[in-house]
Amino acid sequence: MIAPILELRDVEAGYGPFRALFGVSLAVEAAEAVALVGANGAGKTTLARVASGLIAPSAGTVLVDGEEVGSGRPSAWRFVRAGVAHAPEGRSVFASLTVEENLALSFQRAFGRAGLAGALDRAYELFPRLGERRTQVAGTLSGGEQRMLSLARVLVESPRLLIADELSLGLAPMIVDQVFETLSRIRAAGTALLIVEQQVGHALELCDRAAVLEHGSITWQGPSDEAGAVLESRLFETGTAP
Amino acid sequence: MTGSADFFEDLFRGLLQGTPPGAVYALIALGFVLTYKTSGVFNLAFGAQAYISAAMYFKAHTLWGWPKWAALVVSAFVLAPLIGLVLERLIFRHLRTASAVSKLVVAIGLSVALPELFNQAARFTAVAGRQITGIMPDGSSVFYDPFGVYRFNRDELAMMAVALVATLLLAALFRFTMIGLAMRAVVESPRMTEMSGINADRVSAFAWALSSTFAGLAGVLIAPRFNSLVSTDFFTLVVIAVAAAAVGKLVSLPRALLGGLGLGWFIAVFNTFLPRWSGDHTWLRPFQENLTPSLPFVVLFAILVLWRAIGREREASDPLSGVDPPPPALAALERHPKLTLFTRLFGVGFVAVVGSVVWFRAGVLWMHLVTTAVIMAVIYLSVTVITGMAGQISLCQGTFAAIGGFTIFQMADRFNMSVLAAALLGAGVAAAVGAVLSLPVLRLGGVWLAIATLAFAFFFDAVMVKFSWVGGGTTALLTGTRVPRPLIGPIDFASDRAFLVLAVVVLVIVSIIVIQLREGTVGRTLTALRGSEVAAASIGISAARARIIAFAVSAAIAGLGGALLSMHQQNVNYSTNFGPVNALFWLVIVVALGARTVEGAIQAGAAFALFEPLILKGDLLVWILRGEDHLPGLFPLSGSWRLVLFGMMAIQFARHPEGLVEHGKRRSAARINRWLEAREGAAS
Repeated sequence: MIAPILELRDVEAGYGPFRALFGVSLAVEAAEAVALVGANGAGKTTLARVASGLIAPSAGTVLVDGEEVGSGRPSAWRFVRAGVAHAPEGRSVFASLTVEENLALSFQRAFGRAGLAGALDRAYELFPRLGERRTQVAGTLSGGEQRMLSLARVLVESPRLLIADELSLGLAPMIVDQVFETLSRIRAAGTALLIVEQQVGHALELCDRAAVLEHGSITWQGPSDEAGAVLESRLFETGTAP
Repeated sequence: MTGSADFFEDLFRGLLQGTPPGAVYALIALGFVLTYKTSGVFNLAFGAQAYISAAMYFKAHTLWGWPKWAALVVSAFVLAPLIGLVLERLIFRHLRTASAVSKLVVAIGLSVALPELFNQAARFTAVAGRQITGIMPDGSSVFYDPFGVYRFNRDELAMMAVALVATLLLAALFRFTMIGLAMRAVVESPRMTEMSGINADRVSAFAWALSSTFAGLAGVLIAPRFNSLVSTDFFTLVVIAVAAAAVGKLVSLPRALLGGLGLGWFIAVFNTFLPRWSGDHTWLRPFQENLTPSLPFVVLFAILVLWRAIGREREASDPLSGVDPPPPALAALERHPKLTLFTRLFGVGFVAVVGSVVWFRAGVLWMHLVTTAVIMAVIYLSVTVITGMAGQISLCQGTFAAIGGFTIFQMADRFNMSVLAAALLGAGVAAAVGAVLSLPVLRLGGVWLAIATLAFAFFFDAVMVKFSWVGGGTTALLTGTRVPRPLIGPIDFASDRAFLVLAVVVLVIVSIIVIQLREGTVGRTLTALRGSEVAAASIGISAARARIIAFAVSAAIAGLGGALLSMHQQNVNYSTNFGPVNALFWLVIVVALGARTVEGAIQAGAAFALFEPLILKGDLLVWILRGEDHLPGLFPLSGSWRLVLFGMMAIQFARHPEGLVEHGKRRSAARINRWLEAREGAAS
């Protein structure tokens, strides 16, 4: 039996004295797409951070391909090298570096010096706006452009598992459609997805499976076409009507 | 036309003459920029790191007789990067998300602690008069004269070559290599760098090893310029080099090189022509005599204040800073009423016991020390106001205190003014200077404000003190800066006991003022500003007004304290009490023991005066064991251990801005609170 790409076993995590997750277990199989839904403050972002090694769980284990990574210390770079990439929420770019330097930081490690130019071209093809601004310092980009930049970084790399936290936040509806199109494309190419999204409609459409997070625990898991009804019965603010 | 030919020849000679010191400034500025760029730390401990390598080189080559290359390798390429790695692993790795000001305080703590730590560990003492040799064979005795106007020696040429080559290599490192890009990325956000698949810990360890190697190399190269190795000389050089680094806004290496050279040229040319002009125009003469030594500090201050681009740069904030939040402050602690009662009773009891022991039993020495402790507590309350309440780092509190002391000296000496009136006047003068100084520097904010105040302190030290209307001029050299004790009606404060009472009264009054200020509108305003300047501005708070008040009040308190200290010692004793480097230790000790509270300042005052005799010299142990004499063998420890200890404690500032002792007290108070509540819960 092949181990799932990512598996969380009884994970507890939080910040300082504050607990955000209580005994969460979740697995993402190869080429599977999982939507993580829940109300504000349910612990979605914390789960995404634990799953990508940004924060270490205080109890439980996080396994990549069945093996523990980072031995209990936060070490996102090991996760990235194992093929688990994370597009964090918000404007996660290096404000003092140029657009090209932001991208090169990831691409040169992933594709080597030789593959760098090709990877940059693919990023600019995906978001032509970035190509126009390649020498501009990222801190001076608009909010939407910064989102594009942090997305371009992970989308071009096409990791084995992409954890995407609030992708649609701050993007124009047209761009959101385009982003989800790209997601379904890299999904078809074999990348597994773990999608955290307030805009539930889009996410459920894309994913096979959904997990509902409430007060730091997973309270429901199942096929995503059943999730809409479950969410409505639990009176979530679903953003778009299912 | 010979006049004009002479002029150009002199100008040329001045430029050549300015090149070697310019290369010194450039070397340090380069290292400073390198550290800032790769670690985000405004590293005032750079001088301390340079000092350690220079001292190691001196010890290995001059004292142990090692060959030069071996001494250079060990001091600059083994010891220096090792220190950098240790600093990164133990301290700065955990401070990546801390604010620039917190990191500055940590660096100041290190600059106090590191040189003493090395001196104690390596049993190194500054040897005056022993020639410090450079790295080149016959470095100081073989000269080259390429243009026929100025002779460079070999060491100077080596230094200039290293500065140039280092600039080129480092610029190439940042432009063309991945590690250069990764180092800049880690400074901004270590977590995001990791999400690009890069091991941030390894990158920042490399960055610290690299910049520390550079610090060590700079230290060894510039050491021959000093007569003896003293860590404070290195610190002063770093402060000057900040001017050169500021020219490149702390990020551009080529501009730092040019800034350093430019500074050297400017000073040399100025020194070439000013004496000549002042020969023709006598009114220039006092300027020439006084300005020359302080020129670097004037330039630094001018760059900081006049160059608008500085200080406007906002720190690029880490988008993932929420991943490693700072530990929650225990500030809003609800105290159990029983605990409050108990601590108050304990406080009163402690003061009563210690007071009566001092009053009835203490001899002249202990009376003197306790009075010093009380007065230092007054001075430290000025740090409480500016750093604890306003959140600003001022490094010229010593200068404000000196202004208080000098005012008494001048008023009593010249006009026979009442000493207490002169003390109040001194506080007023200090407040006025503080307010005026705050106008140009407040715009800077944060780290730059600290540097500007430091430049002001050095300027005061180099220029103002020498004026007869401030420091007494030549008269003071002959007779000292004598200050009488006050006399009110029948009470003559020449008696040490009476003076102690006066000092305690002043401390109580100043404490009440500080508490009133903290609880009042100004205090609340400052708390809001400390939290978020933008948020405060959005609810209509004027940052400038509140900060000017804080600066002025802080300066006044320091001035009053300085006046008291001068009365106590019956002399201003400027350089031992109030020199610019002393004020660094003041900041360190207050920050270590509690910068937010009045008790913190009092603890710091007590620690300043009493820690060394009581703890380090072992007198407390002797009393407890009821011994007859000092303990031989085990004690005494050297007094400089207090620099190491408090410097190390100040390093905790980033994690516990309220002070380490204060943090511990609050934690135990919280624990007792819980226990009391649990007991009451069980009873009911």
